[in-house]
Amino acid sequence: MTPIAPRLNRRQGIAAASLLALAAWSAAPACAAPGDNKVLQIASPWEVASLDPAKAGYVFTRMQVAETLVGVDAQGALAPALASAWEVSADQLVWRFRLRAGTRFHDGTSLSAADAVRSLERARANPGVLGNAPVQKITADKDAVVFQLSRPFGPLPAFLAHASTQILAPASYAADGSIKAIVGTGPYKISSIQPPQKMEVERFDGWQGRKPAIDRVAYLAVGRGETRNMLASSGQADLVFTHDPANFERLKAQKKLKFQSLAIPRSIYIKVNAAHPALKDVATRRALSLAIDRAGIAQAVLREPRAAATQLFPPVMQEWHVAGLQSLGRDPALARELLKSAGWTPGPGGILQRDGKPFKVTLRTFSDRPELPIIATAMQAQFKEVGIDMAVAIMNSGEIPGGHKDGSLELALLARNYALVPDPVGTLLQDFGPTGGDWGAMNWTSAALRDAIAALSGASDANRRSVLRGTIATILQAELPVIPVLWYQHTATHSTRLANVSIDPLEISYRIDQMQWAGKD
Amino acid sequence: MQSMSLLRAIGAGALRLLARALAVAGIVGVISVALMRSLPGDAAYRIAAGRYGYDIVDTAAADKVRAELGLDQPWWHQLAAWLGDLAQLQLGRSMVSSEPVIDELAHQLGHTVGLSLVAWFLALVIGLGAGTTVALAGRGWLDRALTTLGLGFKATPTFVLGLGLATVLAVQWNWLPAAGHGGTEHLVLPALTLALGLAAGLSQVTLHRMRLVLASPSVAFARTKGLPGPSVVWRHVLRNTAVPVTAYAGMQLVPLIEGVVVVESFFAWPGIGHALIHALIARDVPMVQGTALCMGLMFVLLSALVDGLCWLLDPRLQARA
Repeated sequence: MTPIAPRLNRRQGIAAASLLALAAWSAAPACAAPGDNKVLQIASPWEVASLDPAKAGYVFTRMQVAETLVGVDAQGALAPALASAWEVSADQLVWRFRLRAGTRFHDGTSLSAADAVRSLERARANPGVLGNAPVQKITADKDAVVFQLSRPFGPLPAFLAHASTQILAPASYAADGSIKAIVGTGPYKISSIQPPQKMEVERFDGWQGRKPAIDRVAYLAVGRGETRNMLASSGQADLVFTHDPANFERLKAQKKLKFQSLAIPRSIYIKVNAAHPALKDVATRRALSLAIDRAGIAQAVLREPRAAATQLFPPVMQEWHVAGLQSLGRDPALARELLKSAGWTPGPGGILQRDGKPFKVTLRTFSDRPELPIIATAMQAQFKEVGIDMAVAIMNSGEIPGGHKDGSLELALLARNYALVPDPVGTLLQDFGPTGGDWGAMNWTSAALRDAIAALSGASDANRRSVLRGTIATILQAELPVIPVLWYQHTATHSTRLANVSIDPLEISYRIDQMQWAGKD
Repeated sequence: MQSMSLLRAIGAGALRLLARALAVAGIVGVISVALMRSLPGDAAYRIAAGRYGYDIVDTAAADKVRAELGLDQPWWHQLAAWLGDLAQLQLGRSMVSSEPVIDELAHQLGHTVGLSLVAWFLALVIGLGAGTTVALAGRGWLDRALTTLGLGFKATPTFVLGLGLATVLAVQWNWLPAAGHGGTEHLVLPALTLALGLAAGLSQVTLHRMRLVLASPSVAFARTKGLPGPSVVWRHVLRNTAVPVTAYAGMQLVPLIEGVVVVESFFAWPGIGHALIHALIARDVPMVQGTALCMGLMFVLLSALVDGLCWLLDPRLQARA
């Protein structure tokens, strides 16, 4: 056998060499790519699932391709965007939004009020925020868009900052009314798009504002956290959004990366069926709240001690977070005492019972946000300590509104976004209305709270609004129709090659137009 | 005469292929609908969440989706509609994006086929190369090293292998991009991840088969009659080894197609496997049917190709025909 092998090895050597050459050739462009051609690379978990603004519109506003009538400034306050100014009639039923003069779409056509009305009407017809506003009619009047309301509604401008209300050019629509391209008005225009994962944009020369320093940007949707982590660590992506808590320490230790974690207006809470025999009294709900070790869960699951919620609204919602409110905290002894006062007595297996029935409940949650099931099981152990037997059911997110509707839901753990629109009053209206809300209260109602929310959506005086917000936060804290657990943190890393990076806690914009390459003016 | 029988064989093969394809289509359609229907929970909420994000979804949005898509219709209604579409070579529309499924697949199929073929080719080169080298070199340290390495690759889950390769080649050395698509360089990591697991099995089969052939009387006779070494290998050893190896390589399509689902999702590769996962999560039945059908048909087509290849390589099969 030996005489055969050496001769053949030469042929194999040639084969191996050509294979190596092929590998080297295919690898070569990658070595040169990062850094040299100066395309800003962004990686985030969110896919460009569709061109339809109602479905994945946020990608186009974050990438600053499309604009909404109203925007937000660095402090999160409403600011002019496509509308340069707006005013409301004395009876608060007619709103006029004047469009920014001289605005052009990426195809060179001028923006008209009729174009804006078309986009807004489409947004109103689809599920989304605008359909929840009491809008009767939207019309074009010279250079203004006019909203006719059926009742006073203060948060309207905030609703018009939502990505689903972005304004697109007539060229964006196909004959059947569907969206065939995103022709917007933002500082960047799409140069190529390959749904669901990739989009490239370049600077739009017709932009009237300050010329952005970054010419070209590539967006890649990367679903897996491990992969995003590697894109950040290798420097192959300059700006990476949403990291797994398990990787925080490693990312923070890297010299070429800047790690940012900031509170966002999103809270994790337990939705409670207040008509359930075991959960109907406030004392029991308070006991549940006192049994939760929020600081422990915040540290162990989110790796961020500041994430432990002391009330429903996080401090980042400056106007809503009430500093003087008595904090929610952990006190198992007090929890046991409250349960005792509510008529619960020790039963078999250490599980409490009342009227002969054991304290057994099921908490529904879902895995779209991977930390929710982990938090649920941590709470399961903590409730057990005070004698409550809670089962955790990991289901589809739809089982929560579904269970609300058919009454089968007992407890649910969910994350609620108060920044869907920059003013959360719209979300509160949905969550704490007369019949509760799919994602909010269940079989619990408070006339005082409803009045305060209704008064707030009509009030314009700043002091009065502040008092009303305080009333709302206080009632929610005392009655606990939902039990706050954690406040979300938004995480991002950026390469030190990039300067002037700021992260928008409302996730409305990536603020690319303000960024620069480090070492350049 | 020879060409007539060849034509008849090809004709019969094509008919068999068509029958298999039709059977796959029927089975995929029925199983997809049955599985998606048997999942607990209300699909309308799930589809609405896939469309608008779960934050926005409430009972009203779910009701609207249910009415629009006719989700309250009985299951056979959905299946009949899909089969009707299929008869006209249509696959319906995605419940989430509302785009025709066939358009979405057209974009994804190219990516998956490209990735699979490159991975398969790499696996053949690495597996056959390694197996042949070891068989010809005889038992020794190379044999032990490659066998151990092969077992290691074979036993490592694709996800872990991908993570390991990307950590070294993308993060440590920065040779290759960790994710994305568009250039040749993006293809290397996912293809290599798929190929290494496949190559491990292929090299073992090649090695064992080639050892058998090398020890067979026909090779001993060829050497005794004075044929030079390379000719013995080329004319007797390789051809005799090729048939079982080709058949085995064909069977590797199953793990390959399984692996594609994991690898595409890990490397953000926009193929059918990636689309299938998203469609499953969003309960997008037409997309599940479309992607599963595509994968099934790919399998039918490729195994037919392998059969054809075996037929060409093995004169005994031709003689039987």
